[in-house]
Amino acid sequence: MATQHSKTAARLMISPAVILLLLWMIVPLSMTLYFSFLRYNLLMPGMESFTGWDNYYYFLTDPAFSAALTNTILLVGGVLLITVVGGTLLALLLDQPMWGQGIVRILVIAPFFIMPTVSALVWKNMFMNPVNGMFAHIARALGMQPFDFLAHAPLASIIGIVAWQWLPFATLILLTALQSLDREQMEAAEMDGAGPLDRFLYITLPHLTRAITVVVLIQTIFLLGVFAEILVTTNGGPGTASTNITYLVYAQSLLNYDVGGGSAGGIIAVILANIVAIFLMRMIGKNLDA
Amino acid sequence: MSRRITARRTLIVTLAAWTVGLLIFFPILWTVLMSFKTEGDAIKAPFAMLFSDWTLISYEQVQTRSNYSRHFMNSVVISLGSTLLALAIAIPAAWAMAFVPGRRTKDVLMWMLSTKMMPAVGVLIPIYLIFRDTGLLDTRIGLVIVLTLINLPIVVWMLYTYFKEIPGEILEAARMDGATLGSEILYVLTPMAVPGIASTLLLNVILAWNEAFWTLQLTTSRAAPLTQFIASYSSPEGLFYAKLSAASTMAIAPILILGWFSQKQLVRGLTFGAVK
Repeated sequence: MATQHSKTAARLMISPAVILLLLWMIVPLSMTLYFSFLRYNLLMPGMESFTGWDNYYYFLTDPAFSAALTNTILLVGGVLLITVVGGTLLALLLDQPMWGQGIVRILVIAPFFIMPTVSALVWKNMFMNPVNGMFAHIARALGMQPFDFLAHAPLASIIGIVAWQWLPFATLILLTALQSLDREQMEAAEMDGAGPLDRFLYITLPHLTRAITVVVLIQTIFLLGVFAEILVTTNGGPGTASTNITYLVYAQSLLNYDVGGGSAGGIIAVILANIVAIFLMRMIGKNLDA
Repeated sequence: MSRRITARRTLIVTLAAWTVGLLIFFPILWTVLMSFKTEGDAIKAPFAMLFSDWTLISYEQVQTRSNYSRHFMNSVVISLGSTLLALAIAIPAAWAMAFVPGRRTKDVLMWMLSTKMMPAVGVLIPIYLIFRDTGLLDTRIGLVIVLTLINLPIVVWMLYTYFKEIPGEILEAARMDGATLGSEILYVLTPMAVPGIASTLLLNVILAWNEAFWTLQLTTSRAAPLTQFIASYSSPEGLFYAKLSAASTMAIAPILILGWFSQKQLVRGLTFGAVK
């Protein structure tokens, strides 16, 4: 039984965390909201003036925004497709009995622990570089012309790099989910004559639905914020070919010093992320009741 | 007969899994190998590179040319500092929510989670301006503050899911025996909670070590952790593959080792307990 005394103590113990997060949420976010209605450039201090919805209008009608929105969707969608399909296949493979399972697991999980700037630069230089990269060496050995990945297919290259980083995460979660699969049900289906494909479609896949949903939602939150990989490989270019919303807001505010426009972009990014977040919160909230 | 089929199946699965595993791991392996070569050998064709001489010269060059160890220490201080600070704030909160749940506990937890969903660019400008005006730009303490706040929700959640598994009856028994709140936490809860706290610490150090938005935005040189230091290789001069490899190897080695220990907690921590 919780007494009145312990309830007061509990409230005191929770409050530092709540107050800090409340400040972290409200203060900067309301500043961003306020800036987004100002004409405010860091190169012209003291010239701030209220402009209403102008920043939003300019940000949303700028061709760079539609390009960045498309790139963001392609980046998130592409990485999700690769990691979910690849992760499911890998998890199915790793779930089988084999020799050295522990070591293979360690090898597969490793990319997740590599810091984003390292993995992006390693791929950019040691693999994708059109002169000295490994792909160029292989192409020349086969008598083909080396391909300049980051110049001619910047977004696809970044999708590849980010997918390599997130494949372990999807694999690990799907593998964890697979291991809780009811073996007896599987054996019963096998005895009843269900083939491997049927067993996968009607038993394994439904069992994995929940884990796949979690993977999709959590990765989406992180993938909307992909930044370092773009910064160190292409700087968003050529042109806006590999600029996503996060990078666009950064470029607008800290490279062009346009605080007003950048803030409007930031608010739009918050709205987009919230649409995803609502779905994720519902899933986790349901889990909390169970 | 069925045993022979099983053995053959295991062999095929083993070969397939090892092939895929080595392919996925290959870029890391290649970086480590390249770090033990000279710059001239590092840009040779793969076979020629592999059979050239091994050397530690790149490691020496990275240290002498750019004071690598300072950036390494920045990473250590920032990731450990922010983790310990987050734990100090989160342990009491998670304890209270797990053992004295109120009507609104669930709402508080969900709200904390929602703060994690806020994209960093939404608050980039205010934080940058506040840091500029208070002299926190390019300081370790500034990054410790920001990383503590962005990881606090995950820390609270992870601790909460661990504390939830500690049976409440034990605490009641301790209370019956006259234990005060302080001694209850110190002698009863802490020993049972240590494994959960340790896993939380591990995962959070990894997340903070690899954080590459705020560390890139808020530091330039003095307080730059390894993420920022490595990023400086994006516009290099001359040959740099071996040096980049050496710097990268030292940057990822400690966290790879920690990471392998924390596989299980990773799933739980990053899915907020939705997948265990």
